[in-house]
Amino acid sequence: MGEYGAVDAHGAAGEPGAVGAGNDAHMPGAMDAGYDTHVRDTVGAGSVAAVAEALRAYRLIVAMWVRSTMAYRASFVLTALGNFAATALDFVTIVLMFSHITTLGGFTLPEVAFLYGTTSTAFGAADLLLGSMDRLGRRVRDGTLDTLLLRPVPVLVQVAADRFALRRFGRILQGALVLAWSLARVDVAWTPAKVLLVPLMLVGGTAIFGAVFVCGAAFQFRAGDASELQNSVTYGGNTMLQYPPGVFARELVRGVTFVVPLAFVNWLPALHILGRPDPVGLPGWVAFCSPLVALLCCAVAGAAWRAGLRSYRSTGS
Amino acid sequence: MRAVSGEMSGGTSDEGSGEGSQDGSGKEPGRRSGGRDDVPGRRSLYAAVAVRGFRRWATYRTATAAGVFTNTVFGLIVSYSYVALWAQRPHLGGYSQSQALTYVWIGQALLMTMCLMGGGFEDELMERIRSGDIAVDLYRPADLQGWWLSADLGRAVFHLLGRGVVPMVCGALVFPLALPGDAVTWLLFLAAVVLGAVVSFAVRFLVALSAFWLLDGAGVSQVVWLAGLFFSGMLLPLTVFPGWLGGLAQALPWAAMLQVPADVLLRRHRGLAVLPPLALQAAWALALLAAGRALQAVAARRVVVHGG
Repeated sequence: MGEYGAVDAHGAAGEPGAVGAGNDAHMPGAMDAGYDTHVRDTVGAGSVAAVAEALRAYRLIVAMWVRSTMAYRASFVLTALGNFAATALDFVTIVLMFSHITTLGGFTLPEVAFLYGTTSTAFGAADLLLGSMDRLGRRVRDGTLDTLLLRPVPVLVQVAADRFALRRFGRILQGALVLAWSLARVDVAWTPAKVLLVPLMLVGGTAIFGAVFVCGAAFQFRAGDASELQNSVTYGGNTMLQYPPGVFARELVRGVTFVVPLAFVNWLPALHILGRPDPVGLPGWVAFCSPLVALLCCAVAGAAWRAGLRSYRSTGS
Repeated sequence: MRAVSGEMSGGTSDEGSGEGSQDGSGKEPGRRSGGRDDVPGRRSLYAAVAVRGFRRWATYRTATAAGVFTNTVFGLIVSYSYVALWAQRPHLGGYSQSQALTYVWIGQALLMTMCLMGGGFEDELMERIRSGDIAVDLYRPADLQGWWLSADLGRAVFHLLGRGVVPMVCGALVFPLALPGDAVTWLLFLAAVVLGAVVSFAVRFLVALSAFWLLDGAGVSQVVWLAGLFFSGMLLPLTVFPGWLGGLAQALPWAAMLQVPADVLLRRHRGLAVLPPLALQAAWALALLAAGRALQAVAARRVVVHGG
């Protein structure tokens, strides 16, 4: 339960704030016009060149924040270790549970570790790449988002890379270690298809969680104070996916299959790999649909983001 | 919770302090020949700070609603994993299944009250130490520790009511909870929560003061937060911890924040047996407050105020 994003709650104070976020966002009167063309630039960027340019900008901003983080090197090491330890505690909890039992919801420890490793790695990657987006609400409230609108870089890129927290790599590392351990221990008759499913799961899972982060940020254009709401899907979802689906009420499992399709992050592919029946009773080929569902999620997230950005009205301060 | 705490550092506190010191020093000339030791005036000062600590958090209603939702979702997820665990091992850790489920929802109710996820006043205080604003705080006719304790207790009361009650009700609607019916148990629970909140404050005050030496206290803050998350019993009741680890965990100050209040409400200690855990809480509260006071005295000597 490295829940609620509190892992990162402390990092912000340590960062030498003034680097990127100029607070001097006094908008000229012509803001609306400039803003609209900017949105069109951002949205219309379908060409490969525009995407490459956006990625380059993302890389540049990230590099800046990494340099800035390294100004307090001791603090970085401690927070990265802390990030690793915080997520490790989730696994320690599971191990402590298994000190009293041999199976949980019909799954052995290596099998639960497999679920844990896959979701933690995918969530960690999404959190590293896009986790800073839940700061958007604050930018909307204090008006510093206006500064981002003036820059010739897609707002999504700027918000995603804002205060990039390299320490979150600790979570990915921890998840990957548990995954490696579980792969060595889990009792599976590996076929090429099952082997292929593992990387598909990780990439698809990262994209699905990433889409949730973007949707959450888009929602903050409307309700800037409600940033914690998305924690219930991101951190909460990650916690839920660490346990076998059979543990949860059927309605809850349906909810994360059909409404917010988190089940495609690891549950459905993992059930196929482990040879377990799906409690919702979906056909077997669904296990291979994670990349497709991920693409769909990204499309929805993109639309939500554009709608959110279009509805943005500056505080004017 | 991140957004809320971050946003409020700055303006609000200054406003609060302005009003607070008026309450305190403004009344002083009227009373006796008073001065700083005028007891009623100072007491009302800290009460005023506590009230404003409460109001400051109560302002953010959307954030509170979002937080309540998140608490409830986490409560649900953890509850289901506990159901699976206790189905296989009934009476694990001395709890029945309904007691274990109640434990989950007490945890969600006290999560914010005890700042088990961080994000309390300490970030703000550390920032004031880093920026040098702390010099102004030390200049005020109020004790630094007392000031922040009052503000933090005000916050704790708000979080107990605003973030604790609704998730608990939701939990009780979905699962059969073992909540006591007698008023005495509830009063003892409240006492345990107050003591726990003081321990929580005292620990975080020490963490915040580390910024006098480290400038950036984020690392210390995170390490202590992690220890708290694990040793408070938030992840798993401490009674479920195996052997020596369980014994150690129940003696550490973090047990005062969740395990002790939960055990009081679940009536694990019958009759007068409830007193030793409460005494342990009180002992930790006093010891840690005293340590904070000593450290504050040392730290205040380090402050160098440049003119201008």
